[in-house]
Amino acid sequence: MRKHLSWLKRSVAVVASAMIIASMSAAVHAAEVKVAVAANFTEPVKEIGALFEKATGHTPVFSFGPTGGFYNQITQGAPFEVFLAADDTTPAKAIKEGHGIVGTSYTYATGKLVLFSKTGGLTLGEQTLKDGKFEKLAIANPKTAPYGTAAVETMQKLGVYDALKSKIVEGNNIAQTFQFVDTGNAEVGFVAYSQVALKPGGSRWVVPANLHNEIAQDAVLLKTGANNEAAKAFLAFLKGPEARKIIEKYGYGFAK
Amino acid sequence: MGELDLAQLWSPIRLTIELALITTVLLLLVGTPVAWWLARSKACWKEAVATVVAMPLVLPPTVLGFYLLLLLGPYGPGGWIAGLYGARTLAFTFTGLVIGSVLYSMPFVVQPIRNAFEAFGDRPLEVAATLRASPWDAFWSVAVPLARPGFLTGAILGFAHTIGEFGVILMIGGNIPGQTKVLSVAIYDFVETQHWTEAHILAGGMVIFSFGVILATMMLGRRYGQQGR
Repeated sequence: MRKHLSWLKRSVAVVASAMIIASMSAAVHAAEVKVAVAANFTEPVKEIGALFEKATGHTPVFSFGPTGGFYNQITQGAPFEVFLAADDTTPAKAIKEGHGIVGTSYTYATGKLVLFSKTGGLTLGEQTLKDGKFEKLAIANPKTAPYGTAAVETMQKLGVYDALKSKIVEGNNIAQTFQFVDTGNAEVGFVAYSQVALKPGGSRWVVPANLHNEIAQDAVLLKTGANNEAAKAFLAFLKGPEARKIIEKYGYGFAK
Repeated sequence: MGELDLAQLWSPIRLTIELALITTVLLLLVGTPVAWWLARSKACWKEAVATVVAMPLVLPPTVLGFYLLLLLGPYGPGGWIAGLYGARTLAFTFTGLVIGSVLYSMPFVVQPIRNAFEAFGDRPLEVAATLRASPWDAFWSVAVPLARPGFLTGAILGFAHTIGEFGVILMIGGNIPGQTKVLSVAIYDFVETQHWTEAHILAGGMVIFSFGVILATMMLGRRYGQQGR
């Protein structure tokens, strides 16, 4: 009987210690974080993700798309844990409607809008829009993509929106908008500066910031990621100097 | 917000029906000779042609959309054609959508017509020939009437499939109201922007429409199937 008991004790001890070790290693162990990323931030976040993975051992899994579209999916229970939007209103809405966690949102970058053409050697500027000597002008869907909204604001401010309206083609998000311009199907397009910052060739005009509302891009921790260390670590890493350097490299600014 | 804009609903519906009608007519014109040749030819490579025609059944719409974007664009043949009337590209145009839809819906029209042509065999045409009907005459007065169920099924399926097209149009359309913003894209847009009332109206309409179409083709198949026996 006694022998039997000690055997039981020992095995309980073994199992218990195994569980403790397992839970300890889970804390340090690489976790995964699912991040919904606004399409304009695709390239920088890939670089940041690689550094993050190296530094922390956590694996970020990125999905790229339009901010509005992601928001919609989040309200329907999409498994994203961190949301890097292309505006500040969507994360604010996410918090208000109970999908985001209060106090976790902040502006990780401010975006620049650029008028871009695949053809090199053009002088692009306000005059380009006023002359309207092109067949198609690509913008992102202003209803779902903040860079599209900024493009419309710019044209409105310059008083050319109504004249250009018939030439506008809409990409579902800023990535598709760039693709329309990149394939030459649209001669010019309003894209995110980050998409062309590191690409040589073509012609570009960085739209002055006073022509549209600031594109403040906010990040937020979503309810689904509340207990995920990797999600919190990712947001912290995004604020850090290594990430900032990459964000800067792609031509983004930072909130003052 | 909140208010229902009927024009916003009607424009994509009308555009989609227009696109589907034009596509169906073109498909019958293009698809019939193709189907005839596939049914009658003894060429050993005809199955290769049949395969090419059938490929959109298997290919993801993104593959077609990707190639079309390049082919219709200023550096492809589409751009050359557009150049004939002073434009640069066929992408983002109604014409572009028609071209895409014809390719995309081709198998749905060619296959039933080919089957119908094959179903009645050589005999009726041989009889027509002994009665001194020219091949042209035999085609119109013998083959086409006999293959009528195939034409009907093909037309209905081609029409319906074009109505339901989404991926290709999303990739080459550019979401232009009245020109390329078709029903499926409009629904997508409404859902993305959380205009669910509008999305419900259009999506619900599509469900009813699809039910009607499939029911019609099935009943058609049964009727002609029994008649043939």
